[in-house]
Amino acid sequence: MRSRTVLIGMLAAALVAGPLLAAAAAQPKEMFIPLLVYRTGAYAPSGIPIANGFVDYFTLLNERDGGINGVRVVWEECETQYDTKQGVECYERLKSKNPVLVNPYSTGITYQLIPKASVDKVVVFSMGYGNTAAADGRWFPWVFSFPTTYWSQASAVIRYIGQQEGGLDKLKGKKIVHVFHNSPYGKEANTTLETLARQLGFELTLLAVDHPGQEQKSTWLQVRRINPDWVFMSGWGVMNQVAVKEAAAIGLKMDHFIGNWWSANDSDVVPAGDGAKGYKGATFHAPGTAFKVHQDIVKFVYDKGKGGGGKKEDMGTPLYNRGVVNAMLSAEAIRTAMTKYGNKALTGEQVRWGFENLNLTEPRLDQLGMKGFMHPIKVTCEDHEGNGPILVQQWDGKRWTLVSDWIAPMREVVRPKIEAAAIEEGKKLGYTERDCAKEK
Amino acid sequence: MSEIVYGVLVAPFRDMAGSPGFLAEVVIGGVFAGLLYSLVALGFVLIFKASGVFNFAQGVMVLFAALTLVGLLERGLPVVVALALTAAVMVALAFAIERIVLRPLVNQEHIILFMATIGLNFFLEGFGEMLWGANVKKLDVGIPDRSFMMGSIQVNQLELFAALTAAVLVAVLAVFFHGTRIGRALRAVADDHEAALSIGIPLKTIWVIVWSVAGIVAMVAGIMWGAKSGVQFSLSLIALKSLPVLILGGFTSVPGAIVGGLIVGVGEKLGEVYWGPLVGGAIENWFAYVVALAFLLFRPQGLFGEKIIERV
Amino acid sequence: MIYREAGQFKTTYASDQAVFPIAQDRVVVGLAVVAAFVAPPLLADEYWLQAVLIPLLVYALAALGLNLLTGYAGQLSLGTGGFMAVGAYAAFKLTTAFPQLNIILVFLLSGVVAAAVGLVFGVPSLRIKGFYLAVATLAAQFFLIWLFNKVPWFVNYAASGTITAPPRSVFGVMVAGPTATSQARYVTALALVAVGAIVAKNLVRGRVGRSWMAIRDRDIAAEIIGVRPLRTKLLAFGISSFYCGVAGAELVFLYLGSAETLAFDISLSFLVLFMVIIGGLGSILGSFLGAAFIVLVPIFLTNAPHLVGLVLPVALQKEMELMVFGGLIIFFLIVEPNGLARLWQITKEKLRLWPFPH
Repeated sequence: MRSRTVLIGMLAAALVAGPLLAAAAAQPKEMFIPLLVYRTGAYAPSGIPIANGFVDYFTLLNERDGGINGVRVVWEECETQYDTKQGVECYERLKSKNPVLVNPYSTGITYQLIPKASVDKVVVFSMGYGNTAAADGRWFPWVFSFPTTYWSQASAVIRYIGQQEGGLDKLKGKKIVHVFHNSPYGKEANTTLETLARQLGFELTLLAVDHPGQEQKSTWLQVRRINPDWVFMSGWGVMNQVAVKEAAAIGLKMDHFIGNWWSANDSDVVPAGDGAKGYKGATFHAPGTAFKVHQDIVKFVYDKGKGGGGKKEDMGTPLYNRGVVNAMLSAEAIRTAMTKYGNKALTGEQVRWGFENLNLTEPRLDQLGMKGFMHPIKVTCEDHEGNGPILVQQWDGKRWTLVSDWIAPMREVVRPKIEAAAIEEGKKLGYTERDCAKEK
Repeated sequence: MSEIVYGVLVAPFRDMAGSPGFLAEVVIGGVFAGLLYSLVALGFVLIFKASGVFNFAQGVMVLFAALTLVGLLERGLPVVVALALTAAVMVALAFAIERIVLRPLVNQEHIILFMATIGLNFFLEGFGEMLWGANVKKLDVGIPDRSFMMGSIQVNQLELFAALTAAVLVAVLAVFFHGTRIGRALRAVADDHEAALSIGIPLKTIWVIVWSVAGIVAMVAGIMWGAKSGVQFSLSLIALKSLPVLILGGFTSVPGAIVGGLIVGVGEKLGEVYWGPLVGGAIENWFAYVVALAFLLFRPQGLFGEKIIERV
Repeated sequence: MIYREAGQFKTTYASDQAVFPIAQDRVVVGLAVVAAFVAPPLLADEYWLQAVLIPLLVYALAALGLNLLTGYAGQLSLGTGGFMAVGAYAAFKLTTAFPQLNIILVFLLSGVVAAAVGLVFGVPSLRIKGFYLAVATLAAQFFLIWLFNKVPWFVNYAASGTITAPPRSVFGVMVAGPTATSQARYVTALALVAVGAIVAKNLVRGRVGRSWMAIRDRDIAAEIIGVRPLRTKLLAFGISSFYCGVAGAELVFLYLGSAETLAFDISLSFLVLFMVIIGGLGSILGSFLGAAFIVLVPIFLTNAPHLVGLVLPVALQKEMELMVFGGLIIFFLIVEPNGLARLWQITKEKLRLWPFPH
């Protein structure tokens, strides 16, 4: 009986006290960036290194430079478990702290936040993921996906395959299989691949793998039967590990198996052991720790014991570096905005301007300690994608190394599709097209 | 229209006849996958048979066992010691579950017990992750993972090993349930807790035994699945895949779990490879359920399940 | 002392059979409903409305639907997510095809579509019972999700594969789309769930509800006394799917704004089932209480460490949240297996005696 009373009391307390947290706003000389992460749950193996990379780079900025031009960066991690509803809850809770930008790190959460971005005046930075149509800045001024998008990636991977085969014309008659996660994310590359298959004459087979992708025997048996020349994969989560294992088990030539930039991380190849050697992946930044920025992170962050939660040895995995790149691009965009609006804590509108006018040059990358790590990017009002090139990396059993130079996407194929999709998506949300010329 | 009929009723069979080697591979692949599902389903069956509880947390127990094993292996313990320790942990877990969850809920409705196992599911999820971390881990218990050719058919060693293990496990369990006194006591408890109590069967001990055995079965399943895909959170989702196996085989039958697993595994693979491309693929998820459902319409208690005698 | 019925006499059958026969009940419930309509839009901030109250109302409607099916008619169903998806996609197709149609009407029509689908998937219930039926409804869940993933017509051939709520207004106030304020969406959701609760309450008190409960308790005996199992079970599936369909449409239009099929997967089915079981099977109030529990407790657990000044790493916090959540469920079930609604009933009974002990 008493336990019942206790229970009722507890419930009442939970009901009332639940969301009562009043968040403290950031101080004037600070800028707040919420970090939507997933350190637990099904996607944690991918989410943990990204979160660590983010945190490490921001810590580096604060420790080494005293912030961005003297304005410290303040962040708060919020666990979403890659779940859209938790992502929305995180965003709403952290909105009270006046964030200037948000990195959703999930396509589902990105879609939720895109309509809110223009209303709340928060930049949505969906680097290399999210809504590809939003790469057209005329319809989506608040959403940025540079340095490149899924459609560009697909075209660049085909270009790489062409290079390997001795020319794009040699692709005629070749068999290419796309193994994809059966979700909007996984299907992103399909229309581009189909267009290119028609144009270049290769035989494309699309094989869907149902979420979560724990059991893929039938998919890989079909691959074995087709005996393709190349396999491209848009996977996510456990699907990656199982796919790599199954591919090795059926004896696929691993160096003809390319995963997209969410399918080529250490966590995806380690369970397969030796079988994964030779597996390739697409990426838009280099893997590894051979760059000055990593040395700085060791010096200013780990040696001072302020690591983001990971170990020094975990630095340099592709997804860790992705977190670093994401943080760097955010910081540089803010810095760009400061050149116009001054070295103080900026508003969302001002940061948006910074994103849209970001011009990351080779000398600047060198200054940042990222020579060879990233490609220069120029963002414009129409082009929020930056039309960035990709790199191909390969797993040798112990680490990823680059096996290609920067490969440009096929802009002439991809850009018209992006513009068409942007008109459609923008109209659905009731937006109107901006006139970039007027805004100069 | 005739294309559809042709595509559904004729073309797949012609395809099968056209390349029998490939068909054999698909069937073998299905058999192995099915046996892996059966391993997980076995845990469900054990607990349901002996305590009438549908253990929603079985999938998480598979994950927990695998995590513990890998965690111990990473600490440098030799394989045999790690296996023994993990089994001990699962037994301890069984004790704890019996004491904290089952005993206070004795003779409650099944749906309440089901809900309690849901609570257990969340608890073990958080607990396992807290102890061992959320990263994916490689599981290496020394089982080779090469493929070899039998004639023109490719067979995978790991899957062969898993199939043999499942067979041995089933044989042992069948003997246990039907040949030993404890097995009889287990079946009595499954029928009616109160009646079993009244004739002197120690419920507490029986439950601890059953949950321990289910825990060890979960460990074996965790090893097999973990060796295939690395040990990570999604292992707990396999439990969903074994549900059609349970429907087919009946919730209370050990051989039913195996036969059901085979049917589901083979059916799924055949469906995906030969009929899947008609509708764009990825039909595995629901195909198994539809197959199971079709079976159920003819035999509502599953192939081997106990016929439910209803009182008016 | 306060809650006494002494002095309240009924002179007509109608007043005796009222949903709230005790005058204090009527007053309190009336005040509560008015307060629910008035207070949060005026007082609550964006976070409360967007992340707590609106999802609570949406889930409460879905839990209501599932409670009708599982709590009252005894048909265990794990296909709730699938039926909600049907409602959501139907609403999307209807409103994009007929933009001038009032969005409330669209919701109701999408509920009808979901009901039709529910009828189809309810047919196996005539042969299969208990947990077997639950697993059979999973077939519905997986198939429907696969269907929406596979057929691009459902998303109007959008490259993104997601459905987005277009801007729609009711009586001149925007209730869906990016410019809809959370207050407007809250009031709409509240109105829909209030009407749904009233209808459900009357359903279960009438002949339909009694036939459901007969089937649930002793289906063979029910059949003998003339309750037709086919019609009763199918009716349960149909009405329950109607509620779930409307809830699914609300999920996309009033809460999330856009959704892909992952939002409706099996975890949603389980979530709604947990709400129903924790709230109390076979209780209208229980659906609301269960939804409140499931929505509020995780938020409370996320924010609790901050309240006491403890700063934990997010992963550890989430893991402890899971553990406490699971532990609470078990604790609950041990203390009160019939759910929160029963606790509330006991409270009311005690209140009737208070301050006297017996």
